[in-house]
Amino acid sequence: MSRKLLLEHINVPGINTLEVYRQKGGYRAVEKALKTLTPEEIVEEVKKSGLRGRGGAGFPTGMKWSFLAKPEGVARYLVCNADESEPGTFKDRYLMTYIPHALIEGMIVSSFALGAKVSYIYVRGEMMPQIRILEKAIAEAKAAGWLGKNILGTGYDLELYVQPGGGAYICGEETALLESLEGKRGNPRIKPPFPAIAGLYGCPTVVNNVESIAAVVPIINDGGDEYAKIGIGRSTGTKLISASGNLVRPGVYEIELGLPVEEFIYSDEYCGGIANGKRLKATVAGGSSVPILPANLTLKYANGEPRLMSYESLSEGGFATGTMMGSGGFIAFDEDQCIVRNTWNFSRFYHHESCGQCSPCREGTGWMEKVLHKIEHGHGSMEDVDLLWDIQRKIEGNTICPLGDAAAWPVASAIRHFRDEFEWHIKEPVKSQSQNYGIANYATPIEKAPVTEEK
Amino acid sequence: MLKVEEQTPVVFSSELLAKFDDVKSRYPADKSKSALLPLLHMVQAEYLWVSTSAMDKVAEYLNIQPIEVYEVATFYSMYFLKPQGKYALEVCRTGPCCLVGAEKILSHLENKLGVKEGEVTADGLFSFRGVECLAACGFGPVLQISPEYTFYENLTETSVDKLIEDLKNKS
Repeated sequence: MSRKLLLEHINVPGINTLEVYRQKGGYRAVEKALKTLTPEEIVEEVKKSGLRGRGGAGFPTGMKWSFLAKPEGVARYLVCNADESEPGTFKDRYLMTYIPHALIEGMIVSSFALGAKVSYIYVRGEMMPQIRILEKAIAEAKAAGWLGKNILGTGYDLELYVQPGGGAYICGEETALLESLEGKRGNPRIKPPFPAIAGLYGCPTVVNNVESIAAVVPIINDGGDEYAKIGIGRSTGTKLISASGNLVRPGVYEIELGLPVEEFIYSDEYCGGIANGKRLKATVAGGSSVPILPANLTLKYANGEPRLMSYESLSEGGFATGTMMGSGGFIAFDEDQCIVRNTWNFSRFYHHESCGQCSPCREGTGWMEKVLHKIEHGHGSMEDVDLLWDIQRKIEGNTICPLGDAAAWPVASAIRHFRDEFEWHIKEPVKSQSQNYGIANYATPIEKAPVTEEK
Repeated sequence: MLKVEEQTPVVFSSELLAKFDDVKSRYPADKSKSALLPLLHMVQAEYLWVSTSAMDKVAEYLNIQPIEVYEVATFYSMYFLKPQGKYALEVCRTGPCCLVGAEKILSHLENKLGVKEGEVTADGLFSFRGVECLAACGFGPVLQISPEYTFYENLTETSVDKLIEDLKNKS
């Protein structure tokens, strides 16, 4: 049984209320931080914990905090990135829905550590129910004296507000998020300057994901060293994984980093295997933007060793044979799924969501979508596969923000690992419209036998 | 180019303006443009879409140019720039939801409502469209209904039928 730090009390009735959250030890971290620790000591604990940004980039949180400029007389801001829009990722929505006070407590501790007097939680606009939940929880916390003026008599003031987005995936990119929070189109800014120097309203700002901020609570409660003992190597602590696709039990799971991928997919404690007795064909391990991997490479490295759910293990082998932890959005594809169709679907997403600021992304995402649509619908030619490869190469690395890379990688990895399926679509246009390519050689050597129920 | 529908002059109610004031107070005094996205949501919740005259009024309230409102309203996908059905159904059609049948739900809605994506039913009750990822991939297929954004998970054709009937009975 994995240790739970964020979801330990998820099944306790009323855990969304301040009263029950308090009964389960909630807001201890605020008391400890504000009464017994200095901001510098909190930053030090977060550094010691080894916590890495849980939004996708995986940058060490404590280090990010220590970059924050602290000029006298200038406001500093903490902005929580709750613009969760990466296909396959829904952990933050889950956390905010069921334990909103975990995020609010994390925001108070983190804001104190960073010297912010006003903080914002930027929630994607489509999550109106979660926005209402957070606003209610903030009102509860404020009424109880955890927010507002002179918190716990320590002289620290903090106002916390929820800001709804307007529906744009790009606002998950931190500088686009800040532009949006300033009431503008979500066009990413050129970096540097980084938000730590010039962020919201040109002031020093830290932007952190919901899960990263919530993780600050157990780090302060138990100490950074304790947190660092969980996990494996530089992948410390626990991680929320949102599992979707063709699984017996999709959902949000908290795992200790280092869990074998095979155990995550097949054990009854987690996803319970592939739905409908089918076999696993491929996975996307960290949200739609990370490279797709055939089942063989998902479960084991190229050398046959078991692959683990950790930042390092998932990326072992680079993009040739590995992928990324990303946001922890784990999507499973069964043997009936069409890789070409899925790649087209993802391309449509990135085309729709490109902000249009950089030509390679604006033009390239649409171009890739059109070519993939053509192949998927049985009108492709062999040159199209090379053309796709060429387009994605010209997008990657040539845009202001990583959306271009995010659009390129699913296409590149699909061609790299499933080129035979693309070619089959082109050579057998009629067959490809009525039947699936199947599992080919992506899974067989290490596939588990289906589990039969005991009578 | 922004399509201009037939415009009825908009006068915001004092209740709505009080809500505007509350939102505006969340930002530094000289940064009230930050209130733009929340204000547009409030306008849409009130009128079910965001008309040009409403955007002009928002610009006036925030003391910014109308173009600053237009460019924001057209950038984000949640603001309806033309009237929708009373219940605007939005079905997620991105990868993970499609793996578990979102496309079937979309074509079922088209048959059931007798209108194409983006159109409004004759009685003005329903419109529907496919949208990109709604961040509920593990519970797909999913749909949400604006302006409250009530959320429905694990959809089947039967549950969609029931939902439509319930909404019809409610009206």
